Amino acid sequence: MADEGAPIVSALAVSGLSCHRGGHAVLENVTFRVAAGDVVLLIGPNGVGKTTLLRAIAGLLRLSGGEITLEWRDAVSDPPPTRAFMHVFGPQNALKPTLTVRENLQFWQRFLGEEADAEAIAAALDAFRLDDLADLPVSVLSTGQRRRAGLARLIAVARPLWLLDEPNHGLDAASRRSLGDAVRAHANAGGMALIATHSEIDAGPVRRLQLGVEATDNALGDGVDARAGMLA
Amino acid sequence: MTAFLAVLRRDIALGLREGGALGTALGFYLVVIAILPLGLGPDLDLLQRISGGVLWIGLLLSSLLSIDRLFAHDLEDGSLDVLMSGALPLELIVAAKAIAHFLVFGLPLVLFAPLLGLMLNFPLPAAGVLVGTMAIGAPAVSFIGAIGAALTLPVGRGGLLLALLMLPFFIPILIFGVATLNASLGGPGSAATPALILTALMLGALVLAPFAAAFALRVQFRG
Repeated sequence: MADEGAPIVSALAVSGLSCHRGGHAVLENVTFRVAAGDVVLLIGPNGVGKTTLLRAIAGLLRLSGGEITLEWRDAVSDPPPTRAFMHVFGPQNALKPTLTVRENLQFWQRFLGEEADAEAIAAALDAFRLDDLADLPVSVLSTGQRRRAGLARLIAVARPLWLLDEPNHGLDAASRRSLGDAVRAHANAGGMALIATHSEIDAGPVRRLQLGVEATDNALGDGVDARAGMLA
Repeated sequence: MTAFLAVLRRDIALGLREGGALGTALGFYLVVIAILPLGLGPDLDLLQRISGGVLWIGLLLSSLLSIDRLFAHDLEDGSLDVLMSGALPLELIVAAKAIAHFLVFGLPLVLFAPLLGLMLNFPLPAAGVLVGTMAIGAPAVSFIGAIGAALTLPVGRGGLLLALLMLPFFIPILIFGVATLNASLGGPGSAATPALILTALMLGALVLAPFAAAFALRVQFRG
């Protein structure tokens, strides 16, 4: 949706967000704001709701309360659906094993971006060092290579808000650097990234959003007050 | 429109490259039809009388066999999340996937049917009518089957449950498909009436099923 007519996103605002899964509250009254150029790391122990928060923002979960809004740089009279401005990258890579890396990226370009753009694909392959693997079917790639091929979608299709769930998982040191560089370049270009992670991402200055700051040690998360606190 | 065609093209490419699934469906169809004469005996008149209905039932069962994974692959590899976050409404994604299923599975099964008919002493001159009526019915099978595939998605391998849920919805298609066939083979009544009703059923399924399947997917994912 990166055509000239699309309005430019200046911030993501989440206010009073609550989300219930299986009858118990995973997120309660989470409020924060991500401005253009921000990289926010979502941190917190397992089960605190990092993935739930990302999926809720992506519109994949029903909210039990609160609002998720995009703010626009210029006044927009008829705001397009927010999902057209987001990249969802989860624990799986959203790749088809029988298609080549290039074909997978071409499909996502046509589906998400409405046009095939060979230059953007070349840039994406280059960013994640996939040039030699571009025409191999995904089924023959290693775990880390698949991860990188999945991440290449973020660059092949330009979207302002990246929602990444454990993107470091399965990546070696060099690939983590590639990811960090990609996130930094995205932020420098005015994009936003919200990254759930247990490890560090070297993407320049980042903010940290701690979920469950008042959490108890209860493994099931009962009674967890998942209010979000923005650190640093 | 680009996004719709992208899904359609991808699913056709996947269906053709993962050729095993089509082979399984065709093989299943072959086996179902092949064991029938063995069970019923070599009474050619009897076989000819039931051949139309048997070929239709085999088509429904084989289509169901291949449709239970319609959304499962996309769920497992994370594509469904990304598909649902695109600008294309989920209803149209479902429609594109159902059309692809018809082209990759339904059409080969339909074209295979006259060949299998030989085993049942099906009158060869009527092969055109058989293929024609099945080609009208098969898209409806793909579209209605998509509802079942969406409903049974969380069960994992929902093959049997899918058949249990969806076979009753195929009964009208079966009745009017076989009625068209019998009428054109010299049975009582005109073939036009059941053929038109069959077409109406197919068109209704094309319009309504994507909404039902998309609703089923949304309920499961967003609930």
